[in-house]
Parts: sequence; structure tokens; C-alpha cells
Amino acid sequence: MRYLPLTEADRRSMLGRIGVPSVESLYRDVPEFARLSAPVDLPAHLGELEVEREIASLAAKNLGSAAVPSFLGAGAYRHHIPASVDHLIQRGEFLTSYTPYQPEITQGTLQYLFEFQTQVCLITGMEVANASMYDGATATAEAVMMANRVTRRRRAVISGNLHPHYREVIATHARFHGFEMAAGDPSPGKPEDLIPLIGAETSCVVVQNPDFFGHLQDHGALGEACRKAGALLIVAVTEPVSLGLVESPGAMGADIVTGEGQPIGNSLGFGGPYLGLFAAREKYVRQMPGRLVGETADVEGKRGWVLTLSTREQHIRREKATSNICTNSGLCTLAFTIHLTLLGEAGFTRLAALNHATAVGLAERLGKIPGCKVLNDSFFNEFTLQLPKPAAEVVERLAERRILAGVPVSRLHPKRPELANLLLVAASECTTERDIAALEAGLKDVLR
Amino acid sequence: MVETPVPPTFTGNRGLMIEEPLIFEQGEAERCGVDLPDVPAHRERLGGLKRKGPIGLPGLAEPQVVRHYTRLSQKNYAIDMGLYPLGSCTMKHNPRLNEKMARLPGLADLHPMQPISTVQGALEIIDRVAHWLKTLTGMPAVAMSPAAGAHGELCGVMAIRAALDHRGEQRRRILVPESAHGTNPATAAACGFEVDSIPANDRGRVDLAAFDAKLGPDVAGIMITNPNTCGLFESDFARIAEDTHKVGGYVYADGANFNAIVGRVRPGDLGVDCMHINLHKTFSTPHGGGGPGSGPVVLSAALAPFAPLPYVVHGAKGFDLVEQDDGGQSFGRLKGFHGQMGMFIRALAYMMSHGADGLRQASGDAVLNANYLMAALSGDLSPAFEGPCMHEALFDDAFLKGTDVSTLDFAKAMIDEGFHPMTMYFPLVVHGALLMEPTETESKDSLDQFIGALQHLARRAKAGDTALFHEAPRLTPRRRLDETAAARRPVLRWRPPAPESQAAE
Amino acid sequence: MSALKYTKDHEWIRVEGDVGTVGITPYAQEQLGDVVFVELPEVGRKAEQGKEIAVVESVKAASEIFAPVSGEVVESNKALPEQPATVNSDPLGAGWFFKLRLTDKGQIDKLMDEAAYKTFCEGEH
Repeated sequence: MRYLPLTEADRRSMLGRIGVPSVESLYRDVPEFARLSAPVDLPAHLGELEVEREIASLAAKNLGSAAVPSFLGAGAYRHHIPASVDHLIQRGEFLTSYTPYQPEITQGTLQYLFEFQTQVCLITGMEVANASMYDGATATAEAVMMANRVTRRRRAVISGNLHPHYREVIATHARFHGFEMAAGDPSPGKPEDLIPLIGAETSCVVVQNPDFFGHLQDHGALGEACRKAGALLIVAVTEPVSLGLVESPGAMGADIVTGEGQPIGNSLGFGGPYLGLFAAREKYVRQMPGRLVGETADVEGKRGWVLTLSTREQHIRREKATSNICTNSGLCTLAFTIHLTLLGEAGFTRLAALNHATAVGLAERLGKIPGCKVLNDSFFNEFTLQLPKPAAEVVERLAERRILAGVPVSRLHPKRPELANLLLVAASECTTERDIAALEAGLKDVLR
Repeated sequence: MVETPVPPTFTGNRGLMIEEPLIFEQGEAERCGVDLPDVPAHRERLGGLKRKGPIGLPGLAEPQVVRHYTRLSQKNYAIDMGLYPLGSCTMKHNPRLNEKMARLPGLADLHPMQPISTVQGALEIIDRVAHWLKTLTGMPAVAMSPAAGAHGELCGVMAIRAALDHRGEQRRRILVPESAHGTNPATAAACGFEVDSIPANDRGRVDLAAFDAKLGPDVAGIMITNPNTCGLFESDFARIAEDTHKVGGYVYADGANFNAIVGRVRPGDLGVDCMHINLHKTFSTPHGGGGPGSGPVVLSAALAPFAPLPYVVHGAKGFDLVEQDDGGQSFGRLKGFHGQMGMFIRALAYMMSHGADGLRQASGDAVLNANYLMAALSGDLSPAFEGPCMHEALFDDAFLKGTDVSTLDFAKAMIDEGFHPMTMYFPLVVHGALLMEPTETESKDSLDQFIGALQHLARRAKAGDTALFHEAPRLTPRRRLDETAAARRPVLRWRPPAPESQAAE
Repeated sequence: MSALKYTKDHEWIRVEGDVGTVGITPYAQEQLGDVVFVELPEVGRKAEQGKEIAVVESVKAASEIFAPVSGEVVESNKALPEQPATVNSDPLGAGWFFKLRLTDKGQIDKLMDEAAYKTFCEGEH
């Protein structure tokens, strides 16, 4: 078998050295009844050719979004990834390296994570960032639990316009971690006022910007109200490319910023692996979950980096850890930082402007389709289109014509029939004039 | 010939070891590594929230970027370079076929919210991986969504809590062996449980008498690793599981060490209720410098109803994804979207490549390699326990007694020999632990070289050559780093130097 | 100066009148390694004997500090968070953590004296 280097001669020699007759005898501590005498009921080994053929046939059963006009967003966004990114992350020294617990031989990983932490601080307008978490939803749940620790309170106020997956993950933790959450109702395209919901027991207020329906809101006043009440403002960003054009959550007064890093450097990949962004004010750093890379010097005085403040983490604090998290998103984080480095200030701001311009043009055209209305006054690259009939069927009919028209709100809010006619439509620098024309024509046709 | 000592170089570089500054120290705001079209004129609809100032990101051209990350990569050790004997990490070869499969069009470019009818092949892949995991473990159900091992632990413990809540029971005590990985008690505490520690006996296994004494009607369950973190099979596992079930508790198994028994033992046969599996360990998905991982959790019939959302089902109309719990008992959602699809594809390619026969051979070779290390090194190092080990060999620091060389020093000297050190100081039940897991993808030659190096170092330590160890490593891009200073005065990001700054902090 | 008393968790307390000064022992700081961070209780905080009252962190370990006796915190060592290394260099002097006004002087008598603590430490090896 191509991945197993030991030969029969090797095995015999090694068994001799160990002093046992067979490999089976090394399993003598396994009770007899539990030892399988034959391979399990699964297919036998295959060569590369057969594996490729089989998996390619499974891939062929899917409609890849890169091959057709695609307007899907709702928390995962398609952007063009420069060719260098995928080449660089596949270097064996990145791909097959481990967590940098031995800093002398992992300065590569540690340096790029330090650069990543800095980039996240810059785009979010915050003071300190960790080395990434699993995804935006879990990062946001971790932010709520951190706010509970910092304020010693147990009641979170959640925007009704937060991505439903994010709200659901927070709810799971609320149930098991023993805290309360008060969630508002969705208000597509309209500003939300959460200030009346803040009380003396509120640990945090969680909002998303742009929100789930694409709407942009200034949270300065909310941040002030939180501060007066001793609560933390948490802002979640599901499309970090927006930070190239929109005011940062830090400038609006956020205490913690979380986000989904997938749109930068990482393909859609059917939902994972992604990476969670997490940034906060410096005074809260010891309550932050996740890995942190810090700068230091070696015994010869040369600058280098190490994992630091590890005593917050599970492998030392055990029961008292700030979180049970072990991994960061490693390679996804590297892809994010390489892409952002390639873009730089000029590229990142231009990319964001292109996204907005494309979406504005798209909204203008779709809004003119009879029966359709764009609900948003403001948006970045995604907006909510109200259709004259349920969006899910419209999307299904257009998929049959090989057009991925957008995400029906009902997919994520299935128990809200009043939202059933709403469609989330996203554009990016990948969206072409032909794509827009195809969607426009398709919608007109299906809605006739 | 008398040679002169190596002079410092002008650049600070030393041959192929090249010093590389931060991107912020070499960027220019108007430089860019990506060509983008001009922005067409448009009506701005940002609600007055356009960014007012610059962000401060550095700009580099593509050649600079490629060089930057190439130079960084050269400062990393990796499996592709050499043996990585980290215990319980299973640093096996990461096949490149897996990378190719994950990048196929029709997989890499699938959006998670596409209509279900357009992603039948993707759901089938998830279902196939689920089938392999269930068959290999002998369990009826599996939760695919957890993002990593620790996340899978959370899933298992939450399922136990959900099951107890459903029974209307308030049990709050979870038993955890002392040798457990730190995530176990952290996870239990995160779910509102109290952790009650069970000591190990002098054979490195769970002390049965202590376990019996701690059992009671308030025990929610036990979190147990098998093979355990000492690299030993818990031979009394079935009995422990049965007794836990008798008092109404559940058995969570930490599957980090599944590589020792995959294809040879099914945890389901031993009475497990939930077990997380690290796809990035047993199933070769790459460690990527720290992630991403994937931690699916196999579940018994007792816990299956509480599995998190979403999950894949198969019916008359093909595959479907259940994302909402209508009248069911799922404990809820654990992360955004569906799970680590990219890792499922890689794991499937690995599973299909090995097949049932290859997986069985892999676990056997993993155990053989570890026992070979144990046998060859037991003369110069001090094994912690007697008898065969499973896929990892555990030593303590008794062999270093009286040498003034610590386990840490020993590890740093290994680095100069060209090896990543083994796991040190874990498990806590053994003093100055050295835990080594070679995995099945190491050749005998590779092991022989490793053995030779460790024997050499052990003998140097016993001969009193303390300088060799205390000054190690000497040949790496950086020598020992000051972790105390890093923690006392944390510098967690780059900041532009202040205009009139004086020298150093 | 009154004698030091010690707890099984390696804290020391020096009582003068009804106020006790608390720190960690030389043995404890050696076990911890370089101290990088301390978290001290606020003045006015009520301490219960045996319950967590402060935190000390080193690079490799984090430890709770338990109140050796019950009382109310009347002072915290403000200089310590800025210079955590003092815990290592002068654990019995400048490395003190906080001061308590005792609510039950009887609790002091039940703690170990220097000889008993020395024996206790030797037993821990």
C-alpha cells in the first residue's frame, strides 16, 4: 500500500527486536471478544486513479457555483483568489506542519500569525486580535461568553438581524453554559433599536454589520448606551471585504469584533473549513479565547515570536480555561493573510469599492423587475429583494436553468412565513454583465 | 586545516537561512499584488458609513509576497521534512491526492446555501464518510458538524447533558482520569459539569478501585481515552462502561488515539456512547500549522436523538440536509453551515485509498513502530510502564536523574539533530514525560536513525555533557525564545514606530 | 515581627494586630517558574478561608491563591501587577499579594508553623 513503507522483512526484523511473534500479540491487552478477526465490511484499497474517478463522479453530481451565474451570500461570499495563494499554502512546510509549540522550528507559522493578528486589528479598528477560531458563528458565541466573564453578568441581547446560524450557536451555548439571551425579531431593510432592551443585567449586545439582510447601520449610539450600562458591544462581520469601504466596528465603539474570514483567501467549499476572526480592546486580552502570538527575543537577542498567554487555554487551565478551544484555523488563516497581503491598502479598498459598485448596479436592475422591490436603503454587496411569490420556489426554478439566484430568507428563517418572499442577493467582483443579464431575464420569466 | 570561526554576514542571513522582516516593514501603501479593474461610477448607497481614514495595510507586489511566504515556510519543521513523534497527534503523511480531490470544481466552489437539488454529490460524500466512520467504530449514528477534536468533545458532552435533561435528571458529576488531555475537563466544565478526577494505577490504567468508589447515582458519565494518553489499552474499558451504564451514566470516549485500533477494534463493541474522531489525526487531513481540523462524533442509539444540527438524511428523493429540528430533540447547532466539508473530502480519499484492508494494516504498523521504539530505547531511556504499548511509547525522566538535564533540555537537543521533539510533560501522571508516536508512515530506516540519535543524546547526558543540552538548540533560525518576557509585556501586533521614539522598550 | 504561618496550598500569612499580610512561599514560586501575571482582589472584598481570592500565572501554569483565613481585604500590593517578577525574587517580602482584616483569629493557630511547613514540603516530593 503506497503510504505504508514497512516491508514484510522489516516487520519480521522489528518483531524480532521487540521479542514477540506477531503484530496481533501486541494487542494482548484488548479483550478477546473485542478483537476483529477480519477487516471490517468496507471496500478494499484503491489506487489513485480509481479514487479520482470515484470522487470526480460525485463532484459531477453538483452544480458548481463558479460555472454558472451565482448570487449567493448569506454568510459566505465568492471572491477571486489570486493563484499565488493556493500555491503558497500547499508548501509542505505550511501544509504539514504542526501547532507552533516549539517556536525555534516554527517561526514561519508564528510570524504569519503575528502579521494576521495585526491585519485583523487594522481592518476592524481594534487593539488586539487572536490567531483565528473555527468560524464566525463560534467566534461570536465565544465573544458572548467572554462578555459574560468580563461583566460578570449573564444576559445577552441579540439583534434580530444577526445571521440565524450565529444566533443558533449562541443559543446552544446559552443552554449549556447557563446564560440567557433575548433575541429581537428580524426587521429586513429597516434600522433596529436595541437600546431599550439594555438593562442592568445585560452583559453584551450583539449586532451584525452589514446585517443579515445587508443593511448598514451606525452603532455609535448603541455603543454609548452599552458603555453607560456597563455592557459590551459585540459587532459581527460576515463579509470582511466590506471593511475596505465601510467604517470599522472599532470606530463605532465596539468592544469585541468577530467575523467570518472565509471571503478573503478561502473558497466556498460547501461551508467549511472557514475561519473565525476575533478582536477586542487590549484591556480584555486576558479574557480572550483562542491562541495568541506575541513578540519576544531569543538568547542571542534576535526578534522572534511565540505562542503566549497560554495559561488561558485548556492545556494549562483545564477546568478554568477561558474556552475549550484547541485548534485555530491554521491553513485557512494563512490563505486569508496571504490574500490580504497581496491586496494591500490599495487593492483591498478598490476590491471593496468594486463589490459595492457591482451590487448597486445589480440592485437598480432587479428593482425594476415588475413585482420586485429592493428593501435596503443601504448595503455593501448584498441586499434583500422582495419578490411577489415565495423565494424558495423561484430559486429552485432558476437552479433548473443553471442560475443560482440567491439565498431565500426562508432557508434560514423557516418559521417566519412573513419573510417567505424575500431573497438575499449578493454580488462581487466576480459578477459579470452576462451574469446580471441572465438573472434579470430569468427572474422576469419565472415571475411572469 | 585550521578553520576560522564563522563570521557574521552583512545581511544577517546564514546561507539558505534568510532573515525576513514583517510585511509592515517592507510595504508601500500604493503597491499592490493584485490587478483590479477601475471602479465604475455608481451611486453610493452606504448609508453615510463610508470609511473615513486609511486602514494602514502594507502593499507588496506579487514577487515580494511569494518570496516573503517562501522564506517563512523555510523556518518551519514539517512532516514532509522529517519524523514528528508527537504523542497523540498522529503526525502521519498527508497524501497530496487528498488536496487534489478537495480542490475539484463542483466541490471547492459549492456554496453552502445552494438549493439541495444542486448539491446531491456533496451530501453523498458526507454520507459516505459518515458510513465509513460508523462502520469502523460499530456505532449507529454520527454527528459530522464539529470543527475540531475539542469541538467534538463539546458535542459529545452536550449530547450527554441533553439526554440527562430529557430524562429530567440533574446529575452534575463527570469522572475524568488524571491522565486525560486538558480539553476533557475544560469541556466538562463548559457544559456545567463538575469534574471528578480518577487516579491511574501503577500500570498506567484507570484505577478500578478508585473508579468504583467514585461511582454513584449522581454520575453523569465518564470521559475516557482509549488507548489512553500513556499509550496503553484500557483493558477494563468494557467493565467501566457497563458499570457507568448501570448507574445511569454515559460513556464519552476521546478518540484521539483511534489510530492504534482502527480496523481492529470497534469502540461500539466496548460500550461507548459517544466518541469524537480527529480526521486530522487518524485520517491524515493536514495539520496546517495548527488547523483546520474536523471532529465528527459517533453516537450510540441512546444519544443519537440528541445529535446537533444539521445532519444529512437519505430518502426517496435523494439526499437532504436537516437544518431545523421540528419536534425533535437535537440539542441545537454547533457552528455555521454544515461542517468541515474540505476535510471530509480529504478523509474520504484517504479511506478509499486504504480500504478496510489498508486501514487494518496501518493501525498494525503504527503499533509495531511504537513498540519497536520502545524496545530499542528501553536500554538508554526509562519506559514509564511495562508491557507492550499501543501506537505511542511513553518514557519518564528517570534516565536523566542526576544529570542536570531536564526533559525540556533533552527535547531542545533533539532539534539540533533534525527532529521535532516528542510530546513532553504530558500525561501529567508520569514525571517529566516523553511521549512518542511515530505513526505507520515512518520507514524502519527513519526509525533507526531516530533511535540512534536518542541513544546518542541519552549517553551524552549521562556522561555529564550538560552544555550540549542547556545551550540547545544552536542550529535553528532562532534559539530559545524568552517566553516569560512575551507573557509579562505582551506585544501581540505590530505598531508603526512613533515619530520621535528613542531606543528600545 | 510576628512569625509566618503557612497553608497546604503554599500561601504564607504574617499577622500584626488583626491584619494579616498574605503571599506565596519560596517553594511555590520555584514550582511556578517565572511569574508573568497576578490578579489581586479589590479592597473591601470578603475572603472566606480556603476559597479562591487571587490568581498567579507563570508561563507554564496558572494557580489560584486561596485565602488562608477569613476576613476582609484592606489592601492590595499595587506595585505587584506591574512587576510580577517580584514574586520570584522576594516572595516573603516585597512580593506580598494583599492584606486581610481577620474575622476569626482562631483560624491562625490551626495553620502550619515554619518547621511543620518544611516537613510538609519535603513530603510533597
